[in-house]
Amino acid sequence: MSTWRRLHVKVQTTRGLFTSRAVTQRHTWLKGHLMLCQSLSTGTPLRNDFFKDLEAQLAAVRKKAADALPGSSWSALEINPNLPPERADIVIVGGGVMGWSIAYWLKQKERVRGEVKVVVVEKDTTYSQASTVLSAGGIRQQFSLPENIHLSMASADFMRNINEHLSVLNEDPVDLQFNQSGYLFLASEDVAHIMETNYSTQRDAGAKVALLSPTQLKEKFPWINTNGVALASYGLENEGWFDPWTLLNAFRRKAISMGVIQCCGEVTDFKHTTNMVMTTDGEHLGLRRIHSVKVQMSNSLEYQPVECAIVVNAAGAFSGKLAEMLGIGLGPKDTIAGIPVPVEPRKRYIYVFHCPDGPGLDTPFLIDYSGIYFRREGLGGNYIAGTSPEEAEEPDTSNLEVDHQFFEDKIWPYLANRVPAFEKLKVTSAWAGFYDYNTFDQNGIIGIHPMVNNMYFATGFSGHGLQQSPAVGRAVAELILDGGFKTLDLNGLSFRRIMAEEPMLERNIV
Amino acid sequence: MLPAVGSAHRHQATVELRLGVPPSSAHQASPLPHTAFLRRRDAPELDVSVEEEGYYGYTQRFYGSDLAAAYYVLSMKGAFRFVGQTEWYCPDKKGKFNWDFLNHRDTQLEEVNMNYTLINYTGLVNLEEQRSLRTLSVRGCSEVDDWFLARLHVLQDSLEELDISHCPRITTGGLAALRNLKGLRRLDVSSLPGISSPGLVIILLEEMLPQCQITATGYDLSLS
Repeated sequence: MSTWRRLHVKVQTTRGLFTSRAVTQRHTWLKGHLMLCQSLSTGTPLRNDFFKDLEAQLAAVRKKAADALPGSSWSALEINPNLPPERADIVIVGGGVMGWSIAYWLKQKERVRGEVKVVVVEKDTTYSQASTVLSAGGIRQQFSLPENIHLSMASADFMRNINEHLSVLNEDPVDLQFNQSGYLFLASEDVAHIMETNYSTQRDAGAKVALLSPTQLKEKFPWINTNGVALASYGLENEGWFDPWTLLNAFRRKAISMGVIQCCGEVTDFKHTTNMVMTTDGEHLGLRRIHSVKVQMSNSLEYQPVECAIVVNAAGAFSGKLAEMLGIGLGPKDTIAGIPVPVEPRKRYIYVFHCPDGPGLDTPFLIDYSGIYFRREGLGGNYIAGTSPEEAEEPDTSNLEVDHQFFEDKIWPYLANRVPAFEKLKVTSAWAGFYDYNTFDQNGIIGIHPMVNNMYFATGFSGHGLQQSPAVGRAVAELILDGGFKTLDLNGLSFRRIMAEEPMLERNIV
Repeated sequence: MLPAVGSAHRHQATVELRLGVPPSSAHQASPLPHTAFLRRRDAPELDVSVEEEGYYGYTQRFYGSDLAAAYYVLSMKGAFRFVGQTEWYCPDKKGKFNWDFLNHRDTQLEEVNMNYTLINYTGLVNLEEQRSLRTLSVRGCSEVDDWFLARLHVLQDSLEELDISHCPRITTGGLAALRNLKGLRRLDVSSLPGISSPGLVIILLEEMLPQCQITATGYDLSLS
């Protein structure tokens, strides 16, 4: 009956806005009583439009009646169409390259179509702070841990055949713009033996790497100053750099075409139950099981609790914060509950500079023993460079502002020392991004946390997550769907090493 | 340690000494089952040797790697010349070839011509042992891409002449991989549709390979 009253009010205030009538009527319904939410018309009052309006009123009444009848999709309760579904099998928190890679592989490996319902929750679809798109985009096999080498090799194989994996019917093929330029690591006297050990590990694992003496280095790359270089390690194949945005979008496009649901929102809370158990050490441990995830919509008070069986933490730099919501790390020290997920954001800068006489097409991704790195960008004499700061001088992570003085103090001197042509350069641009830095041993964490038995982690890659994302996605999908690793044995990268305090240190982090 | 996926190619089914065997349709795995037949209809050329680019292990075990490489070249409809000989072995239009090459065991290949064939990255494994290979020509090969060029580093000591013209899938990123071929004296990069600024790329290539003579025709290098 109140609908008739509202119609009467509408006649007096708005003239001729018939098409927006349905919208304005809903607004008045939500507000609970008769609020005139459209601005009052200050034009001339109605004169003889009574019969014209009557026609319009009757048309509106007919439409409302048709809506109210079964078979129409109108409902009085306005539901935000962007909300995630109420139930899902697997919720992946984080829509970066790692999250979408896991989503793709889950769908790729399912045995029956529609077996798993996967939802990917990403809080910022502009990816303004996401580590994936701010990355330098390099891929290398020159690691010291065999797990890392195998992960990168498998990812390079994936990227070589990317169109077999990620092409969608009737869409353009994926072009990663892969530059096959290889990585070049330079070692001084004191670390040359480490490089030699790493070289034999890499060779055993099947990576195509070559060791160069300073003379050979000078012959191959005449623009390098080989002062202080005792040994160099050079990647011959499957190394280089590519476009991270293309890879992210390729994974996303393919996953969505296979039925993964994308949701733009932030995970703010978990509903979980705790089961108190006594460990063998006599410690009381609260084993948690997640029942639902609370997804908060952006710029709104609306949220949707998503009931799920499994949650995947692929939130990158923010995964530590997400784990804290479950109480991981908040227990007393020296207990399992007191060990937090050791992932925190660390800000890293990348500077773009132009040098007219710099090295040409054969420039590899050069990493000096002083910590600086640079690579060619495009064909116009532009390069990008960066370095890792000292532990004590880590920049503030509350924003992504760039410190330009950092380039002058910490990067340029070493650049100019290594490549004399870089004494004359001009910085054209710079940006900053977060590493999902694993403070424990700077290597990825893949697997379940002992305290939460249905949250899988794929985070903490500390700067080499992008290059390992296809293989890690496959590994996590195997963990979830097959119960264990099938193609690559990554048990060394599980939480066990953090619980036992046995770091798997990598000697090649940049 | 479980083996990495990268080595799976080497353990693929070996190809026996048979010609003209169609690949099994199980290879053509498609993520969306209802589109599988669509893909085959749209791309009939995939029915031919691409899926058969396996490791010629059977041949290698019985005849040695050099003859396996020779057999591989001939079965892909390419031609080759042995070291120290002047005659070329090549198949005729129907793909039949003379089996006389089997008489020359343990003779390496010196020149290989695979123009307009379906050679790709996986097939290159059959030529990896040819350390005396001086000339390789893959003109007009539709499956030769940047990863193929990166794999050519295995021939870096011997390769002197390379022809990669008219290959549609090569881009600038792949040409950067040619830096390893320091012995290269003649390079043909004509008419590559995949490179965006050919004039600049040719200059950079000439700087990268100072002792190499680069042929690059078929580009519109005018400044208009």
